[in-house]
Amino acid sequence: MTQPILTLLLAAPAAEGAEPRLADGAAEVLGAAALVGAPVALVVGPESALPALAETAASLGATEVLTASVDTAQLGAPVADALAAAIAEVAPEAVLMPHSIEGADAAGRVAVRLRAPLSVDAVAVERDEEGVLAKHSVYGGAYDVSSAASAGPLIATLRLGSVDHRAEAVAPAVRALEVASTGRPAAVAESFEPAAQASERPDLRSAKKIVSGGRGLGSKEQFALVEQLADALGAAVGASRAAVDAGYVDQSLQVGQTGTSVAPELYLAVGISGAIQHRAGMQTAKTIIAIDKDANAPIFEIADLGVVGDLFTIVPQLVAALEARKG
Amino acid sequence: MKIVVLVKPVPDTFGDRVLSLETGLADRAASETVLDEITERALETVIRHAEASGDVEVVAMTMAPAESQSTLRKALAMGAAAAVHIADERLAGADLVRTAQVLAAALRRAGADLVVTGNGSTDGSGGVMPSMLAELLELPAATRLETIEITADAVRGTRETDGGTQAVTAPLPAIVSITERMPDPRFPALKGIMGAKKKPLEVLSLDDLAGELEGIGAPLEETEEPRSIMLAAAQRPPREAGEIITDDGTAAERIAAFLADRRLA
Ligand SMILES: Cc1cc2nc3c(=O)[nH]c(=O)nc-3n(C[C@H](O)[C@H](O)[C@H](O)COP(=O)(O)OP(=O)(O)OC[C@H]3O[C@@H](n4cnc5c(N)ncnc54)[C@H](O)[C@@H]3O)c2cc1C
Ligand SMILES: Nc1ncnc2c1ncn2[C@@H]1O[C@H](COP(=O)(O)O)[C@@H](O)[C@H]1O
Repeated sequence: MTQPILTLLLAAPAAEGAEPRLADGAAEVLGAAALVGAPVALVVGPESALPALAETAASLGATEVLTASVDTAQLGAPVADALAAAIAEVAPEAVLMPHSIEGADAAGRVAVRLRAPLSVDAVAVERDEEGVLAKHSVYGGAYDVSSAASAGPLIATLRLGSVDHRAEAVAPAVRALEVASTGRPAAVAESFEPAAQASERPDLRSAKKIVSGGRGLGSKEQFALVEQLADALGAAVGASRAAVDAGYVDQSLQVGQTGTSVAPELYLAVGISGAIQHRAGMQTAKTIIAIDKDANAPIFEIADLGVVGDLFTIVPQLVAALEARKG
Repeated sequence: MKIVVLVKPVPDTFGDRVLSLETGLADRAASETVLDEITERALETVIRHAEASGDVEVVAMTMAPAESQSTLRKALAMGAAAAVHIADERLAGADLVRTAQVLAAALRRAGADLVVTGNGSTDGSGGVMPSMLAELLELPAATRLETIEITADAVRGTRETDGGTQAVTAPLPAIVSITERMPDPRFPALKGIMGAKKKPLEVLSLDDLAGELEGIGAPLEETEEPRSIMLAAAQRPPREAGEIITDDGTAAERIAAFLADRRLA
């Protein structure tokens, strides 16, 4: 498997004066690339951060690292210029990037520029006799679809949290990439406000266990019950759109059709009716437990264990029972 | 100022959506077609801006099969002044790149100061259209805005990105995409529904866009070759309900035991 697979690794936005890290998903795209070929990384960020970021890329398995310095305040076009240059240089069989804002923006721009086949939000990549193919989970996990390029390279964005494989660390082989700027107009990032406090809890997108709360929690204060249960289980916190709309939690925690799609080992739904759009984002979880006072809530149609009852009684008892079992 | 909102008819997420296992395309007859909610929010956002500032012409545009025309009438009933429907049988199954080329050609023809889209479609693709259009039209793109402010010569807003909130701005003309944080769409009032019948709804075929397609270097003939191919589509077996119990004071213990059995706690 020597075919080069190019991955796009971007510096995450950072506050003034802070050193940027690689944006989320870097380890995953390199892991996915290693499954189908030789992972090559294009690392894009501010000049001063490139050496450290390139080293991280190698530690995550990039056998070759190309670096491109961009003005990170310019959105979209400069990253696409660098990616197009790297594709010309590496002639990869496939190009992978995280399905993040910046990843999707770069993928879209480069796909039209090169008129290349584009697979968006893939959950896996595989190789068959014909080459690399992308796998998708469609209509909320109701269908599995795979697609491939009729004429390469296949450009694919990977859903965050979907790939478990990790590539082995290698010694860095780094070189700077020559990038010809197209000078395309770009939107400008004026400022960046880091999120208040990075939570100690696992990240929703890649968590093995998730406890999610819905409108049934009734208030932001009472949503703390969901957090307590999550902490007792070492789980991430999720929410329904109704809970997000009511302001109980941040939108980044929304699970569902238009939120995050998750496929954990355990999904525990508390006070969530299980509307079709919510189920679309979680029904591929391995084990589903639901607590809801309405015996007719559709969430029970897909729960491995469904408990009809008052969450305000059950959840505190469950937290206590879990703590007691831990001893 | 002219603002074009890209609206998209999709299978209703409230129903069972069906994918043809032969073609990998949506089986449109199997479910009701509605405007994707996120594109209604985009329209709502722009109509509110037009109502507040006056002097804004709001145009709803889509590329979709001829049968989905009623969804554009809804966009007109909500308050768009005009609609453009690109409908051509040759576009059935068009890939993302071709869709972008055709929409870009129609946007060129319309001439917009600002193009507003949703951040992602519920029928499968994932938020790449705005940046593809920006690339083809040589416009700046500010994607996934959660707040938006439109002025005579610029658009600004904020978005949630890796680890924080970013404030972004672009001079007009520009393209932006908005997220679910934007206001719920209005229900068209009866007056709007009646008025919609008199508003212009232009239907365009690929031939009508031949000149513009040539202009962006994507001539008519390019429609024929799909760039990505669907290899296989399979339906997952539906999930079955497990055990349902009613709390009699022991439910918490039951859950804890269930978790322990499966080594989940
Ligand atoms: C285009 C589109 C996209 C959407 N995307 C998403 C999405 O990504 N994610 C999403 O979640 N939704 C999404 N929705 C919204 C979805 O249709 C539902 O409105 C939403 O999921 C409902 O959230 P909920 O279950 O928390 O609220 P509800 O449906 O109001 O359910 C609350 C539940 O709590 C229970 N309850 C109340 N009190 C108690 C108590 N004391 N003890 C136990 N149970 C109690 C009730 O019985 C009820 O079942 C989308 C809708 C559309 C149209
Ligand atoms: N065929 C289409 N017609 C009109 N607008 C579209 C079409 N496809 C995508 N869009 C717009 O692009 C946004 C993002 O779509 P997507 O990249 O398909 O997830 C949607 O919310 C629409 O605003």
